[in-house]
Amino acid sequence: MAFKGALVINTEKCKGCEVCITGCPNGVIALSKKVNAKGYNYLEVVNADACIGCANCAVICPDGVIEVYRAKE
Amino acid sequence: MTREDIIKPENLVYKRTSVLKDATMHYCPGCGHGTVHRIIAEVIEEMGIQDNVVGISPVGCSVLAYNYFDVDFVEAAHGRAPACASAIKRLRPETFVFSYQGDGDLASIGCAEVMHACNRGENITMIFINNGIYGMTGGQMAPTTLEGMETVTCPYGRDPEIMGHTMRLTEALAQLPGTYYVTRQAVYTPALARKCKKAIRQAFENQKLNKGVSFVEVTSNCNSGWKMTAVQANKWMEENTLKYFPLGDMKVNGKFDPKFIERIATFDQPNETLYSLRKK
Ligand SMILES: Cc1ncc(C[n+]2csc(CCOP(=O)(O)OP(=O)(O)O)c2C)c(N)n1
Ligand code: SF4
Ligand code: SF4
Ligand code: SF4
Ligand SMILES: [Mg+2]
Repeated sequence: MAFKGALVINTEKCKGCEVCITGCPNGVIALSKKVNAKGYNYLEVVNADACIGCANCAVICPDGVIEVYRAKE
Repeated sequence: MTREDIIKPENLVYKRTSVLKDATMHYCPGCGHGTVHRIIAEVIEEMGIQDNVVGISPVGCSVLAYNYFDVDFVEAAHGRAPACASAIKRLRPETFVFSYQGDGDLASIGCAEVMHACNRGENITMIFINNGIYGMTGGQMAPTTLEGMETVTCPYGRDPEIMGHTMRLTEALAQLPGTYYVTRQAVYTPALARKCKKAIRQAFENQKLNKGVSFVEVTSNCNSGWKMTAVQANKWMEENTLKYFPLGDMKVNGKFDPKFIERIATFDQPNETLYSLRKK
């Protein structure tokens, strides 16, 4: 049974550190070219279909920016 | 399956804990302090002890920890968190008490307090963030700075001949009879962060047993002090710091881990990692 994941990213709290990107097994996330009010390039989903909702990104984000949902396909 | 099909309350697998306040933490991007704060807050939430826990924050980057946790907190003088935690726990033995300190705070100015609290076997949880540097004050050498590593106060690299040796204080604390659980963890990969959470949970649960100190070192990064990006700092830590400060349990349920016994038997020999960092 395959899982599909989806993220809700609190872009205003993101500091653009890229630590979460190193933890994603499927290349789902990347930094945006745009910046938030603090001036950080924030995280965005670039390959939504590949997200399996493993929450790896969320458990290493120092700032608790990422909310993760997962459903059976 | 659309995004709307997936984002439903019953499908939620990860959400920022409400034990952390909504405030944005002041830490540099990618700093391990934030990750460890989040993990401690999740443990407090999962144990249902939010109304019965007191944290002690140090002097160092995490001095403002009390602004982020929605639990009772005391801010101790530099290095004195273990003394403060000891007093609170003795007066309120039913309350969960944890100290949170950096390596400058714990291993340098606060070396006596942590040694004696561990030697007395206070029934508390200690969290030790070892980033090998004084982060808050601009990146000065700490007792834990690796030999050969450059900081603003040892710009040519730490020379043990005149600056002393890299201090493995956690290994020393494990050898005191007052410590019940001593472990070294990290949070820079998802697997390590999940493992660290289990260790911190254990360190809090142990307070129910009244058997002494539960001590969790988290080997962490200081991207600003090390003058790297967060991702580079994590890689550097893996390649250098963890060779001298290997991860794993040192003491569990008051007993040495067999690997720890093997490792301390080599402590009288030169450490190759350190020599390789030294400038020739
Ligand atoms: C009595 C006293 N001495 C010195 C200082 C300056 N000082 C502030 S933080 C710090 C060291 C912090 O380093 P560490 O504990 O490693 O925390 P980090 O910022 O790296 O997390 C020092 C020496 C102080 N605030 N008070
Ligand atoms: S939940 Fe897993 S697959 Fe999805 S973005 Fe995060 S790390 Fe990548
Ligand atoms: S780890 Fe968190 S703060 Fe860093 S880039 Fe990812 S979402 Fe942003
Ligand atoms: S100075 Fe270092 S320890 Fe302090 S917040 Fe920045 S990265 Fe973290
Ligand atoms: Mg430090």
